[in-house]
Amino acid sequence: MGSPESAEVAGAVEGAGVAEGAGVAASFAEDADARTMAWYVDKGVEILVFIGGVSAIIFIFGIFGFVMKEGAGFIAGSLDLGEFFTSPRWAPTSSYNPTYGALALIAGTASVTGLAMLLAVPFSLGTAIYIAEFATGRIREILKVLVELLAAIPSVVWGFIGLSIMNPLIIDLFNVPVGLSVLNSGIILGLMAAPIMTTIAEDALKAVPDTYREAAEALGATRWQVVFRVVLPAAKNGLVAAVLLGVGRGFGETMAVLMASGHSINIPTSVFDSVRALTATIAAELGETAVGSDHYKALFALGIFLFLVTFIINLTADLVIRGVRKR
Amino acid sequence: MVSDSGHLSRFGHQDNRKSPQKNGLTDAGAVGTPPEPRPVAGDPPKLVVRNVSISYGKKMVLRDVSFEVRQNEIFGIIGPSGSGKTSLLRALNRMDFFVPGMSVQGSILFGGREVRMWRNVYALRRKIGVVFPLPVGLPLSVYDNVSLAPRLSGVRDPRRLDEIVERCLQRAALWDEVKDRLNSLGSLLSGGQQQRLTIARALSQEPDLLLLDEFSIAVDPVTTMRIEDVLQGLRQEMSIILVTNLVQQARRLADRTAFFLMGECVEVGDTEAIFSGDVKDPRTRAYVEGRFG
Repeated sequence: MGSPESAEVAGAVEGAGVAEGAGVAASFAEDADARTMAWYVDKGVEILVFIGGVSAIIFIFGIFGFVMKEGAGFIAGSLDLGEFFTSPRWAPTSSYNPTYGALALIAGTASVTGLAMLLAVPFSLGTAIYIAEFATGRIREILKVLVELLAAIPSVVWGFIGLSIMNPLIIDLFNVPVGLSVLNSGIILGLMAAPIMTTIAEDALKAVPDTYREAAEALGATRWQVVFRVVLPAAKNGLVAAVLLGVGRGFGETMAVLMASGHSINIPTSVFDSVRALTATIAAELGETAVGSDHYKALFALGIFLFLVTFIINLTADLVIRGVRKR
Repeated sequence: MVSDSGHLSRFGHQDNRKSPQKNGLTDAGAVGTPPEPRPVAGDPPKLVVRNVSISYGKKMVLRDVSFEVRQNEIFGIIGPSGSGKTSLLRALNRMDFFVPGMSVQGSILFGGREVRMWRNVYALRRKIGVVFPLPVGLPLSVYDNVSLAPRLSGVRDPRRLDEIVERCLQRAALWDEVKDRLNSLGSLLSGGQQQRLTIARALSQEPDLLLLDEFSIAVDPVTTMRIEDVLQGLRQEMSIILVTNLVQQARRLADRTAFFLMGECVEVGDTEAIFSGDVKDPRTRAYVEGRFG
């Protein structure tokens, strides 16, 4: 290309193509523009799927917008952010000096979630490895169904177990005055998060192609060596996702923690201390406040904080997975 | 061990073999002289397969197969797909674990011992290297792919590992292409490179017997020729069972060849005899000449 001559030639060739094409198209005109049933179905499904995809975005932004609307003004205005993050005193109903310190609540949520993960991560990874790599036939099917059943137990039932079984058990075993504590809610939360983490981790392990296992076994690797050296590294992304989903679950869980943690505002110094979680605070107090009051808005500020933390967890998960993929 | 003269003649043979056959890979009219029979009949056989039958549930895929693989020999197994070749390889190093319902009858002696009597099945598998039809680059670095087996068997010294990795990659004719990127993922190599990587990996466990299951299925002709050269060199140190769909590949490489058809071992004989038409069963000749299969 470049010289005017060659451009002319190209133009001529193009023109010929169009003329010829037009002649051909005429005879196929009906087929070319036919709107058949399949064509309409295809368009229709495309639109439906598009709406489905976009709705997720709309809902997320809608919820975020709503929570922000209720809480953002308060955060920018009368809430002392320094106090919010450093004061352990959450006393929104105090008549002479209402304070909104979330430190104790954050510590409560963090300690319960942390303990839950400490218990649940090794447990559920172990279960997942057993189901995916070692169990066979009936045992494996039964285990899978049981684990899924465990995931379906409503959280209020878990809370009830914490309240009526774990509580007296902890009092007896450790000789402490109260059994509703970080320990109790951590165990309950761990038991709740474990089945979900197990299911996702198992899916991640199953996604590792059998050819990898075969290749490693052919090298003379033992079953455990295959799992440890080949399968786990290959499933790393999915396992990280499983753990982070468990963390998210722990962070967001409300009812069971409300019932098993003791619900008293406290920065825990041992696992036998009662604590109060962010989520439980919102659940317990929101119904008691006047809409639009400072207390009401303060609860929404807690909601925004929860939202941000969840967002950060998911974002890190995403970045970690992407980082792994790039290597 | 085999006498030196045997090796020499083998190498001389390899050189004049190379040129006319580069284009003969497409099977049909490969000329070139068939390999001379190797002088190995006197040694105790490396592998004895006696009356082996393999079935999956009620379906029998291999019926009453017997043959021997000698020391330092390339033993070819040809036959159309579905004739039970891969199942047989699985039985040899007891990889039947991955196939539920697979059962093996008969006797397989490796190094004079029944494979089912090895208490440590992992030791058995370390002595038998396997190269699968589709290259499986484990999701590890090139270096880790090759050093995995020695590490699993307890080699810790990094210098020793470096040595093993370099030697195995050299022998698999891959070293020059990957020496600058030993740390990149093995699964990112091209198909042909990955297949040579799996060969290097199989060599890293220092096997006595190497099983190749249609290794050239996903590999271009040039790479196939390179790997064939590699195999010619390897037979000095081990026995090789070469399962192949390319009849002419068996002709180029194998000392003796078995023809499998629909779960039956139709014929075992010197490759030269089989390809020159000196066969007991007419089906063998028909298959070798490309009239069916």
